[in-house]
Amino acid sequence: MQHVIDKKSLGPKVNALTQGVEACVHCGFCLPTCPTYDTLGAEIDSPRGRIFLMKEVLEGSVPMEEALDPIDNCLGCDACVTACPSGVEYDHLITAFRAKAEKERRKPLGRRILRSMILNTLPYPYKARLAFKMGKLAIPLSAILPKSLKPALGLLPRSLPAKDSIPEIYPAKGEKRGRVALLAGCVQQVLAPEINRASLEVLSANGIETFIPRDQACCGALALHTGVEKEARKTARQLIQSIPENMDALITNAAGCGSGINEYSILFAGEKEESEARTLAGKTKDISTYLNEIGLLSPPELPKPLRVVYHDACHLAHAQKERKAPRLLLNAISNLSLLEPPDWEICCGSAGIYNIEKPELAKQLGQTKAQNLLSTEPDVVALGNIGCMTQIEKHLESYESPPPVLHTVQILASAYNQDS
Amino acid sequence: MELLYALGKLYPSTRLFTRKSQLVAYESDGLTAFRAEPLAVVVPESQEEVIETVRLCYQSQTPFLARGSGTSLSGGSMPVEGGIVITLNRLNHILRMDPENRLAVVETGVVNLKVSQAAAPHGLYYAPDPSSQQICTIGGNLAFNSGGAHCLKYGMTANHVLGIKAVLADGEVVELGSESADTVGPDAAGFFCGNEGLFGVALEATLRLTPKPQRYCTVLAAYDSLEKAGHAVSVVVESGLLPGAMEIMDRLSMDAAEAAVKAGYPKDAQGLLITELEGEKEAVEEDFKQLLFLIEKTGAYETRIAKDEEERLMIWKGRKSAFSAVGQLSPDYLVQDGVVPRSRLGEALAKIKEYSKEAGIAVANVFHAGDGNLHPLIMFDGKKDGTLERAEALAGRILTMCVQMGGSITGEHGVGVEKKKYLPEMFSEIDIDCMKRVRRAIDPLEIANPGKLFPGGEAPALTTHGAHPLEKAGIISRE
Ligand SMILES: Cc1cc2nc3c(=O)[nH]c(=O)nc-3n(C[C@H](O)[C@H](O)[C@H](O)COP(=O)(O)OP(=O)(O)OC[C@H]3O[C@@H](n4cnc5c(N)ncnc54)[C@H](O)[C@@H]3O)c2cc1C
Ligand code: SF4
Ligand code: SF4
Repeated sequence: MQHVIDKKSLGPKVNALTQGVEACVHCGFCLPTCPTYDTLGAEIDSPRGRIFLMKEVLEGSVPMEEALDPIDNCLGCDACVTACPSGVEYDHLITAFRAKAEKERRKPLGRRILRSMILNTLPYPYKARLAFKMGKLAIPLSAILPKSLKPALGLLPRSLPAKDSIPEIYPAKGEKRGRVALLAGCVQQVLAPEINRASLEVLSANGIETFIPRDQACCGALALHTGVEKEARKTARQLIQSIPENMDALITNAAGCGSGINEYSILFAGEKEESEARTLAGKTKDISTYLNEIGLLSPPELPKPLRVVYHDACHLAHAQKERKAPRLLLNAISNLSLLEPPDWEICCGSAGIYNIEKPELAKQLGQTKAQNLLSTEPDVVALGNIGCMTQIEKHLESYESPPPVLHTVQILASAYNQDS
Repeated sequence: MELLYALGKLYPSTRLFTRKSQLVAYESDGLTAFRAEPLAVVVPESQEEVIETVRLCYQSQTPFLARGSGTSLSGGSMPVEGGIVITLNRLNHILRMDPENRLAVVETGVVNLKVSQAAAPHGLYYAPDPSSQQICTIGGNLAFNSGGAHCLKYGMTANHVLGIKAVLADGEVVELGSESADTVGPDAAGFFCGNEGLFGVALEATLRLTPKPQRYCTVLAAYDSLEKAGHAVSVVVESGLLPGAMEIMDRLSMDAAEAAVKAGYPKDAQGLLITELEGEKEAVEEDFKQLLFLIEKTGAYETRIAKDEEERLMIWKGRKSAFSAVGQLSPDYLVQDGVVPRSRLGEALAKIKEYSKEAGIAVANVFHAGDGNLHPLIMFDGKKDGTLERAEALAGRILTMCVQMGGSITGEHGVGVEKKKYLPEMFSEIDIDCMKRVRRAIDPLEIANPGKLFPGGEAPALTTHGAHPLEKAGIISRE
């Protein structure tokens, strides 16, 4: 589409900010997969509408402040990227635009407090642990808390799993086939340490030695996807430094982290670490992609047949375009039947901190997702992202004997583990 | 403004948009070269709200426009400057599914594909399948009498609409047609189809549903020239075969579709013919033998058959994404929609190639070959001065060629704003004048989507009378 954006004024992010605008042909093919268009039913809450709006802001005909509502409504789920035949990189556009918006917006106090609480807590495991514990104390006090903080409390886990201290190096079993580094994740370490444990076990069973750098930090995805670049760069820098060059890959097991690192080229555009950041991004792989690439060693049968419905996390399926690998891995277990839910492409409503900032929409999406998953009558729900896991578990809770929600590697690990 | 005040009473602020930041999203349809800013956009949730809005517009003599999903490719749903846009996306309820009588009653904001999805459990579907079917609305389909790949066998939207409830431009609510296909008297619902939003707003439609074919057989035939593929179409149709669909893609559009969805089309083909046979198992098998024979005879160097439903869907996904996918090859393009007699397809394609060469502008071709409905995609880079004008000139030349060959300037995308100046190439002043009088009988103030379809601005209609050009030429007479 035509525009009169002054490209020179946009700095290093110019490509991310203009590619989408230029490539969009306004065909509307992205509309049916957009969760906000589906629930709100207005063009302005669609990807096509937002692209138009961002264009106008960049051209200077609409003030940033007026554009923020629909921009904030976007979940960043990237379903529109998958749907677009014209190759519009909406994901990069919205990330770069949000960074710009965050710098320019006037911030109401409530939002500022909430954001800074989240972004100063979740990326740091020890703080997150503390916060979840304190948060629990806050639940009884919720009646007197500001309204904007309540959804955050609803999402708190009832109880925290025990801390699991993982070693710095996890050896390969049998013949060694490779050596990787693992991003341990911040929130995930606290909420579901068993995912990291399972990842290490599955990598090991496949002949991979894993290095878990002690000095690694949060990848910055949470902050990046909300536009708070400075915060994102702070921890991302530390992460880049902590990963030795001689690793075959940096493995992520939370889709949100993987997609965040993929966007380092935007986060570090024009910064001095740009090339290091790009190199690391090139090396970063979701655990399912990696296992599939090296060739999974056949896992043994499970003790009894298992019906597993696979949920496509947006940040894996749309942002990293990985739908095949997890399915191939699960299908490698001979007595596992893989089920496909209706409307796989629609977000579950988790999307980073969306479920905290836009609780109503997130709730609607969560409920629909739970229904769709249950309609396949599964024994287990499998997925590859901690955010979706919390959101889906929460919305399954209201059903009688809901199926457990597990990471793909947890199911694989349980197959391998019965051997030993 | 009195109207805005009245609308403010009718709609909450979440469904009445007046700020620039809210209006920009509605500024254009699929043809982004044309834009206009409306006074306001409303998002009604009930038919009553639509009716009341139209009445308010009538009282204040304010132009308005019904909008479905804004996928029109001719500027049809571009707002009228200073007018009201009535979006119908929340009038998206399927009111009744009646499998026994094979019909569905739907609100007009329902998306085309949703009708087929809802009918699927009953073994039925809604036959008209525009490539945009996953998002375009029944209202838009009615207004443009939209077609699709499978309209070769099944006909356009008008052939599948039994009844329409609409609010006309003066606020009168009418019910046209009925639930039965065999009514006596004029086909009022058919008359409403193709009005391009100039009569008012359709609220409800009674659609005919079709039983799903027992069997599909989708065949890809690769040719080393586009003209050969074009010629094959007339050979197949002349043989008496009636496939469900016959589509052609040229190299450029195949490249675009490959980049978008990896459909797996033959790599070197210059012309690809997609033919889909459908119906009872035995009949399809018989037809298939004949089709293979004909394809071979017309010089296809490779033939492929979709081996399962997944492959079949990929073939169609690629075809249906092609328009948008051309966005990967060129920053801007104009989609044309001219029709030529099927028997002259090869000739028309050769001419387009020649024109494109002369103009130095690339043209991709992907089209409904079975009914001679061309879709040349004229690629240009609007950032460069004068390129849009040159592309428009080439488009005009192609349209004129279509008319000269005995065809038409539009097969299914409508005239809109884009082609209105070419209307006189097809119709005499008297024809156009007659159309205008019909329009004014229904919309006396000319407030429903003005500025579209008819040539010129909204100047008072031409009132030329006299003999029809065909009369003058002695071809018809009034005795
Ligand atoms: C990629 C792509 C592929 C396409 N392929 C095809 C194809 O194969 N075949 C085809 O025929 N078209 C095709 N089109 C064109 C377009 O999709 C159709 O014209 C479609 O019917 C428009 O529907 P819409 O809901 O988007 O309508 P809009 O664009 O919103 O409106 C179109 C016109 O209909 C009027 N209108 C809308 N709703 C109503 C209503 N309720 N009452 C009265 N008037 C109304 C509007 O005023 C406007 O004049 C394609 C478009 C795109 C972008
Ligand atoms: S990222 Fe998701 S929510 Fe945002 S516009 Fe795209 S599809 Fe809609
Ligand atoms: S599908 Fe792509 S090109 Fe079409 S409107 Fe959406 S973003 Fe634009």
